[in-house]
Amino acid sequence: MTEHSDIDHVSGRSTTGHQWDGIKELNTPLPRWWVITFYLTIVWAIGYWIVYPAWPLLRSHTTGIWNYSTRAEVANELANLEKIRGDKMVALGAAPLEEIEKNPALLALARARGKTVFGDNCAPCHGSGGAGAKGYPNLNDDEWVWGGSLDQIMQTIQFGVRSGHAKAHEGAMLAFGKDGILKKDQIVTVANYVRSLSGLSTAAGYDAAAGKKIFAENCTSCHGDNAKGNQELGAPDLTDKIWLFGSDEATLVETISNGRAGVMPAWVDRLDPSTIKALTVYVHSLGGGK
Amino acid sequence: MNQPVNPTDLQLDDDGPLYAAQKKVYPQSVSGTFRRTKWGLMAFCLGVYYLLPFVRWNRGLGAPDQAVLIDLPNSRFYFFFIELWPQEVYYFTGLLIVAALTLFLMNAVGGRIWCGYLCPQTVWTDLFYAVERLIEGDRRERMRKDAAKGTMKLERFAEILLKHSIWLMIAWWTGGAWVLYFNDAPTLVKQLVTFQAPMIAYIWIGILTATTYLLAGWMREQVCVYMCPWPRIQAALTDEWALNVTYKYDRGEARTSLKKANELRALGQPVGDCIDCYQCVAVCPTGIDIRNGSQLDCIQCGLCIDACDTVMNKIGRETRLIGYDNDINIHRRAAGKPPIYRIVRPRTVTYAVMIAAVGAIMLYAMLTRTLLDINVLHDRNPVAVKLADGSIRNAYTARLLNKRGFDRVIAIDVDGPVNAALHVVGADSVTQDRPMIVLARDTTTELRLLVTAPAESNPAKSIPVRFRVTDIGLGEVASVTDHFVAP
Repeated sequence: MTEHSDIDHVSGRSTTGHQWDGIKELNTPLPRWWVITFYLTIVWAIGYWIVYPAWPLLRSHTTGIWNYSTRAEVANELANLEKIRGDKMVALGAAPLEEIEKNPALLALARARGKTVFGDNCAPCHGSGGAGAKGYPNLNDDEWVWGGSLDQIMQTIQFGVRSGHAKAHEGAMLAFGKDGILKKDQIVTVANYVRSLSGLSTAAGYDAAAGKKIFAENCTSCHGDNAKGNQELGAPDLTDKIWLFGSDEATLVETISNGRAGVMPAWVDRLDPSTIKALTVYVHSLGGGK
Repeated sequence: MNQPVNPTDLQLDDDGPLYAAQKKVYPQSVSGTFRRTKWGLMAFCLGVYYLLPFVRWNRGLGAPDQAVLIDLPNSRFYFFFIELWPQEVYYFTGLLIVAALTLFLMNAVGGRIWCGYLCPQTVWTDLFYAVERLIEGDRRERMRKDAAKGTMKLERFAEILLKHSIWLMIAWWTGGAWVLYFNDAPTLVKQLVTFQAPMIAYIWIGILTATTYLLAGWMREQVCVYMCPWPRIQAALTDEWALNVTYKYDRGEARTSLKKANELRALGQPVGDCIDCYQCVAVCPTGIDIRNGSQLDCIQCGLCIDACDTVMNKIGRETRLIGYDNDINIHRRAAGKPPIYRIVRPRTVTYAVMIAAVGAIMLYAMLTRTLLDINVLHDRNPVAVKLADGSIRNAYTARLLNKRGFDRVIAIDVDGPVNAALHVVGADSVTQDRPMIVLARDTTTELRLLVTAPAESNPAKSIPVRFRVTDIGLGEVASVTDHFVAP
């Protein structure tokens, strides 16, 4: 490097020798600590390339000498989380369902765990708070199509409804119209009768006696003589105020004509037993359970 | 008589560089009122800092017995008889406001008293200087030794090594005391010694050792001059009545040697008391000349006052040529009027009143704080549920807080829709239709509250509902209001 002995007479400092329109540039080198830091970052970057995955190749990438991977790190952290929860979740898995509800610590754990698992797995159909939707039961109310006791809820979660699992709940509402069992006018009549069962208004001039007769001949085998339903078959109580698919005449006609056969998947192969227990307790606590 | 001219007015050189390379300061030892005050306050501050974690305070079985403890894992802060929960950190806001106002008040009365006597930077730097002086000798000796660079002998090397070792020990102990505030002190000390303590403790000790050593050992006055915002802020907060360490230039012009001054005095010529002995400069820990007037670098520790008083006593002149004073009095004395000191003035009174007000508010909040509390969150999905019999149910997630150091039995009631029934998921028992729960001490408990209004009550779209928790034993009550919604 050429040494410039040119000294700026105002500041008394040396200049770089550059000059534009008579203005000279003072020689103000970067502070040494800055330069050193800059070189250190370069060294650091080279080290980084060697140690960590860095360079994209055509089909893969350099993996680095530590084989570091964020995915492995996540897996590791999840495993650690399991370890941290370990004892408590084991205690949860070992305790009978009724015991969990009586033990404040286990109940809190089950509800917290259940809530997250519910959000991940159940919310798409049942809603984030279990409010349900048309065809998907509201889990906060007190009607349980397949039973609302702890054991019954666990049974439903484990094996599902019409899920194809060998132990799944089976039984479907017949398609009385589509299959030609009832005629169109009979369906309208019985639909109005069903509405009358829970105190809803009926169409003017409908034949109540005929409706009762049609109901007695076709529906009582599943819904019971007094239409109170049958949890063994998943046949809902038709006398209450809760309607899974809707209570207006058109919906009922549709239900009776084409039948209903909603599906809930089996979770036994996807969730571990203690998680299913937690989920059971959570769902049971949503509506205060049966 | 000539009007005295403030020396600062003569040096309006604002075009200097914003940063000047550190010039090593060799403060000379000094004795006097302010030095003694500084020793005393230093002992007090360090004593509190190092020993406070070891003070015990009985809170009953199972509760921490450390008087001052920041229990991060359990989210509790203990200060003697006070136990604060995370949601009560606003008390710290109050404390910060009081601290700021106190700083302002100190500033209005006596300038940067904080900087000179209480600031940790000052306290630790002063301590480090004391160590340095003890090992390497006083100002002249240290200057001579430093000047003899390159001819370092083994003895000198040992001195430097010893100094830095002691500095590091103090710094290490400073970091060590810091972590003791976050865990049971005696236990942690044992763990630290046997290397059983959590890694985070060692990391924090490392950080604080490094910062203490660097800030108090190496950076010293640079921290005050370049890093600290307070000198800039306080300049905007001060007023003409604030007492600052001031060179009384009305007594000091013209400055000249003692011999010359006596000659001039004999001739009846104007001459000042200052004999240019530079003792005030020699003792200054930030290396300034106070005779240049009030300046940003001055931390107002008063050591120059002690130095000057010593000299004034020796030459038989009146002391406090440098003292806590202000420009008003300089001009008053120059005009032959007696100085006046106005400690009580609107500014100081305002600060005092504000401190008292904030203090009173905090005290009131402290005395009336609830030790039993309930928060509820209304379920959003669904907001209301119709049950089989047509009745309407709303669900709430409730969090009950028991801030007392013992378990207690709580009854939960609801006032809201007519004939509403309350069911509590997680309740331990139901006595006379009231759900009851045992709240464990010093914890929160989450419950699910289900409020059901009968169909025939036909509740309006939205009516207020009030949840009440009652301590069966103490009669303490807490309540919270929410809404009951109909679909």
